[in-house]
Amino acid sequence: MDALDVARWQFGVTTVYHFLFVPLTIGLGPLVATFQTLWHRTGNPRYLRLTHFYGKLFLINFAMGVVTGIVQEFQFGMNWSDYSRYVGDVFGAPLAMEALLAFFLESTFLGLWIFGWQKLPKRIHLATIWTAALGSILSMFFILAANSWMQNPVGYRMNPDTGRPELTDIWAVLTNKVALITFPHTLAAAFMVAGALLVAVSIWHVTRRPGTDTAEHRFALRFGAWVTLVATAAIVFTGDIQGKIMTEVQPMKMAAAEALYRTEAPASFSAFTIGTLDGSREVFAIKLPYLLSFLATGNPTASVQGIDDLQARYAAEYGPGSYAPIVPVTYWSFRVMVGLGLAAGAIALLVLWSQRRGRTPKSRWLVRAGLVLPLLPLGASTAGWIFTEMGRQPWIVFGELLTRNGVSRSVSLAEVLTSFLAFTLIYALLAVIEGRLLFRYARAGLPPAEPEPDEPSGDEDVPALAGAY
Amino acid sequence: MDLTTFWFGAIAFLFVGYFVLEGFDFGVGVLMRTFGRDDAERRLLLGTIGPVWDGNEVWLITGTGAMFAAFPHWYASVFSGFYLPMLLILLALIVRGVAIEFRGKRPDHAWRARWDLAILVGSLLPALLWGLVFANIVRGVPLAADHDYAGGLTDLLNPFALLGAVTFGAVFVLHGAVFVALKTTGEVRDRANLLASRFGPVAVALLLGFLAWMLVGVRRDPVAVGLGIAAAVAAVAALAANRRRREGWAFAGTAAAIGLTVVALFTALYPAVLPSTADPAGTLTVANAAASPYPLKVMTLVAGVFLPLVLLYQGWTYWVFRRRLAP
Repeated sequence: MDALDVARWQFGVTTVYHFLFVPLTIGLGPLVATFQTLWHRTGNPRYLRLTHFYGKLFLINFAMGVVTGIVQEFQFGMNWSDYSRYVGDVFGAPLAMEALLAFFLESTFLGLWIFGWQKLPKRIHLATIWTAALGSILSMFFILAANSWMQNPVGYRMNPDTGRPELTDIWAVLTNKVALITFPHTLAAAFMVAGALLVAVSIWHVTRRPGTDTAEHRFALRFGAWVTLVATAAIVFTGDIQGKIMTEVQPMKMAAAEALYRTEAPASFSAFTIGTLDGSREVFAIKLPYLLSFLATGNPTASVQGIDDLQARYAAEYGPGSYAPIVPVTYWSFRVMVGLGLAAGAIALLVLWSQRRGRTPKSRWLVRAGLVLPLLPLGASTAGWIFTEMGRQPWIVFGELLTRNGVSRSVSLAEVLTSFLAFTLIYALLAVIEGRLLFRYARAGLPPAEPEPDEPSGDEDVPALAGAY
Repeated sequence: MDLTTFWFGAIAFLFVGYFVLEGFDFGVGVLMRTFGRDDAERRLLLGTIGPVWDGNEVWLITGTGAMFAAFPHWYASVFSGFYLPMLLILLALIVRGVAIEFRGKRPDHAWRARWDLAILVGSLLPALLWGLVFANIVRGVPLAADHDYAGGLTDLLNPFALLGAVTFGAVFVLHGAVFVALKTTGEVRDRANLLASRFGPVAVALLLGFLAWMLVGVRRDPVAVGLGIAAAVAAVAALAANRRRREGWAFAGTAAAIGLTVVALFTALYPAVLPSTADPAGTLTVANAAASPYPLKVMTLVAGVFLPLVLLYQGWTYWVFRRRLAP
């Protein structure tokens, strides 16, 4: 184990952890805003109570997303300073734009939303939550544009004197086809997580606390299930396009997703394989003929390049070395992503069916599935990130810079190990605290209906922003 | 003015924003536990920064992002070189952010007491460490010819940097006390004012010592000296205003003192961005640390449109929450 390994583990752990909170923030923001809009339109206090209830869960989660996000921005410089020197010219701009255009919007308007209930006119107050939600969606776009550049570098030229890429076309970076398809895919995943949270929380209330605010929770249950279902459809649709783009720009990743060693035409897709540990020989497999060819190219009989052929091609192009990722990781993370995502969509469909025409979900298994539903899209998005990042290896910037050449050379193993352990411990501790708090508020149920917030009052001092802290 | 100098100035501006704004919410965070006598008072103190602290922190994220984009080598050397201080800052900011959001979420005393301690440590530690980091930046650190940090932890713990740490901490506490006096009424307001009067001279003395050492002992630059004197005058004026209970003026004074100190520091530094005390070839300047002209142009355009917008809506937030809070 050297500093490089630890730095990679740290990046993996902190990024996966960060992305447990991010999709919920991004997906739940617009849903809370929708509840508030419904209240604004109809005046029905039911929607106001839902706004407050899910707003609280949103805020508990938001705090975690913010604080773990700062780690990401510092980490490039701390552990990956050679990477930062190398790509700063291109990679820094979307990061700076994310902060300037998105984070300011998100945090400032969220502050206005939390504390502005009694101070802002109702319409303006409603606009603040939508603006904050827009900010978080924008931030997702910029960070995905930055990440997509690492997958498919565009809009730059190599400076022959420094040997480093220089940005020549920011528009090309922001409209990178990988970014344009990854953005809706990831956004749909965020809505899937948020929809699933609504399902889990409200199915608990509907079935375990019958008679308490049942109409409200039934509404949230249907709404959440619909969001999950539509998001699943969007995920499948965008994922399909994404696979074809990936085949084009990173064929090795597609080959590694199937552990396809030899080029095949037509290529089949295996749903499940038992093989040797490196995936090079299979013992047992369930295979779906033509499917990989179709996933990769849209043509069921087209040829799909295998790892061995790509390895030979890259070795000729970039010099000796291994250019394949760790195949069992890509193979299984791909299947976990697809499997959990589809399962979540199926459960959402069953939940919707189970309450057709005013019925209540009866099956104990369905209720249990509904209760754990958020774990499925969360697991799927985690697997998706592991797949896309591990599938890019050994590159940190595909075709340009190897991961091992991006690490900080001046940072010792002891230092990285200290920081890795510190983050892991504090993250584990906070996960327990945040999880308990979420459960506590989710179980507590809807807050009592408050009298309508007044329009802004005069110039006198106001009582200390009741309830906010 | 070329774009590299412009961006050096822009980053200075972002850090001025960060320290002036987060400075007072660090100060309030440090004071909350001891100054707030009971839970109601602590909630009141937290309420003064509640709507704004998160937006204040984005100034750091933007400053860092701008540093990465405009001066990748500066960003890389500072963050890998100041590894342990940066790690501690991160851990502190994590704990602090979570603590501010979570403390009020449960009624029990032990829960709140733990988070209050977290807010104290999470506010004090970054205040001290930013002082340590920026004092070391202006003083210079050992860099190898490839601009990588070539020193150890002890190189960062020199007397000047330690004075910087204590100065940042003390001045932010003063700034926070003045802010509390500005944002509250009644007894809390009186006590905050008194605290600022008693503690203020210590903080201002530290600031004067730090400025003198920086501008005479570390880097000599006539413009920076002028700015340093202006910072000192603002700090002393803030104390005078506080004694006369002119809280708005006192807060303007501490804000100006912090802002001018940061500007003086950046001015003294220029054209270097991270001087090397080891291999002179390692010194990073606005020229050799900078990104190429095209991304700087793009960023100038983006910042030109969006930074005024940010100032506008953040200013509006402060306007919305301009009133004092009563217990």
